[in-house]
Amino acid sequence: MSPHASTEMAPDLRKQRRWGETAIHALLFLFATLSILTTAGIVIVLFSQALRFFARPEVNLWAFLTDSAWQPQIDRFGIMVLVIATLITSVIAMIVAIPLGMMIAIYLSEYASPRTRNTLKPILEVLAGIPTVVYGYFALTFMTPLLQGLIGKDVVEIFNVAAAGIVIGILILPLVTSMAEDALSAVPDLLREAAYGLGATRLETALKVVTPAALSGLAAAFIVAVSRAIGETMIVAIAAGAGPRNFDSWSDAFHNLAIFNPFKAAETMTGHIVRISGGDISYESIDYDSLFAIGLTLFLITFALNLISRRVVKRFREVY
Amino acid sequence: MNIQTTAATYAIETRNLNVYYGDFHAVKDVNLRIHKNKITALIGPSGCGKSTVLRCFNRMNDLIPSARIEGDVLFHGKNIYDPDVDPVQVRRRIGMVFQKPNPFPKSIYDNVAWGAKINGFKGDLDALVQESLERAALWNEVKDKLDASGYSLSGGQQQRLCIARALAVKPDIILMDEPTSALDPIASLRIEELMWELAQDVTIIVVTHNMQQAARVSDYTAFFTVTPDRTGYMEEFGETPQIFTTPASKITEDYITGRFG
Repeated sequence: MSPHASTEMAPDLRKQRRWGETAIHALLFLFATLSILTTAGIVIVLFSQALRFFARPEVNLWAFLTDSAWQPQIDRFGIMVLVIATLITSVIAMIVAIPLGMMIAIYLSEYASPRTRNTLKPILEVLAGIPTVVYGYFALTFMTPLLQGLIGKDVVEIFNVAAAGIVIGILILPLVTSMAEDALSAVPDLLREAAYGLGATRLETALKVVTPAALSGLAAAFIVAVSRAIGETMIVAIAAGAGPRNFDSWSDAFHNLAIFNPFKAAETMTGHIVRISGGDISYESIDYDSLFAIGLTLFLITFALNLISRRVVKRFREVY
Repeated sequence: MNIQTTAATYAIETRNLNVYYGDFHAVKDVNLRIHKNKITALIGPSGCGKSTVLRCFNRMNDLIPSARIEGDVLFHGKNIYDPDVDPVQVRRRIGMVFQKPNPFPKSIYDNVAWGAKINGFKGDLDALVQESLERAALWNEVKDKLDASGYSLSGGQQQRLCIARALAVKPDIILMDEPTSALDPIASLRIEELMWELAQDVTIIVVTHNMQQAARVSDYTAFFTVTPDRTGYMEEFGETPQIFTTPASKITEDYITGRFG
């Protein structure tokens, strides 16, 4: 009998049509596309509306980038005073959140027993559920008096960027901690054992092996946190001040570094947007158009941060 | 026998060593003497506690929260589980090589230098790195790419890098936990040859699943097995040729001749 002539029936190996698979594939693809289209839509609206602002005769791009005051009433649109206010609150927030968040994350991931970790982490994450308006009043009615008590009422104004920045730091702390802890925990135990096996202490293992290996995840945590701090609105709207910190000229602004004084009031980009758009603003007004210019600036800043951090992480991360 | 002669002949020894994981009695009553500058193989079926015993020698079990150790592990006449002993110091004298090669995600140079650096090494680091890589029979393959990541090497090279890393700390003893189980036969053989060379001035304790390897490489063999309630114990210990040709115990003989395990 030849090897090909089998009495058994050949099994059916033909390609089968699976309509369910195809339909699910298409559906999921549709949803994925939808999220991209939504983002694209937002960016398009931002750009086109911002373009209307820059097309106005009262506005020019150079003055927008270099003027030392944001006073729409007299056609001064210097975005830098708002940007600098945002920068100060964000930097203060990061100074609070990153060291503290890293320390808590290293404790939870490298020192705490599983039981402690499983109790502490959910509690920390509850903090993230508190509405930001509560944090805003916490800044105004607790942090500001505290700062006034510590530093002096004559130095610290009722509305000031320091209190807002510190409280934003507290707001993003759970985010930083949780993401950083995830990044540290994801480092394989093999590497920890290698370090301990060479006579490393817990601290040496945590700082010199686990942290460098987790760098890309940690950087992602910091970027998300910075973006959140820059975009935070309610706290600055309530506690930081209700008007841009304007100066006649940049030499005034840098005199005694007045523009960077954290204990005085200032309005951030987000704070300004929420104050202007909250009132009876009309669609055709220059104020309305200016909001999109500020929004676009915000978007570009966070976008640039993302790009830069990706580069930095690529350069320094340790691939295991 | 007094402690003086013990310390001179044996690199490390256990007395009535018992290990528990929570309520589970993992290993019972191990009395094992490891001869200086010899290779001792720990063999036995899965779950017999040979890796657990190995990890008692440099207190790696401390990292498992539920683990509890009873009995003594004497190193230079001192019980390393005494309350006044620092496990970090113990691990600086007793190095370890793991089952899966686990180089740090750093350069080849930094991998070797790392342990010495954290231990406060104050000499010529370049020379130490070269010497350690040479002793691990890896220098010629990596001398032109010391800045490359440890992960750019093959599995066998990674394992030799891990051995070089352990050697750079100048340990008295190196523990090897199935060091070749993730490697191909040729890479495994190179590690075995390396173990022979290292045993001239280092004591090696190796856990292995591969009985041919134990027979080839070791001077002494300890055979572990389990009781019906899954507690591991040492069934027999002796010079390797004796264990493999004329084992005293029937269980050892059955295992060695492949009747179980």
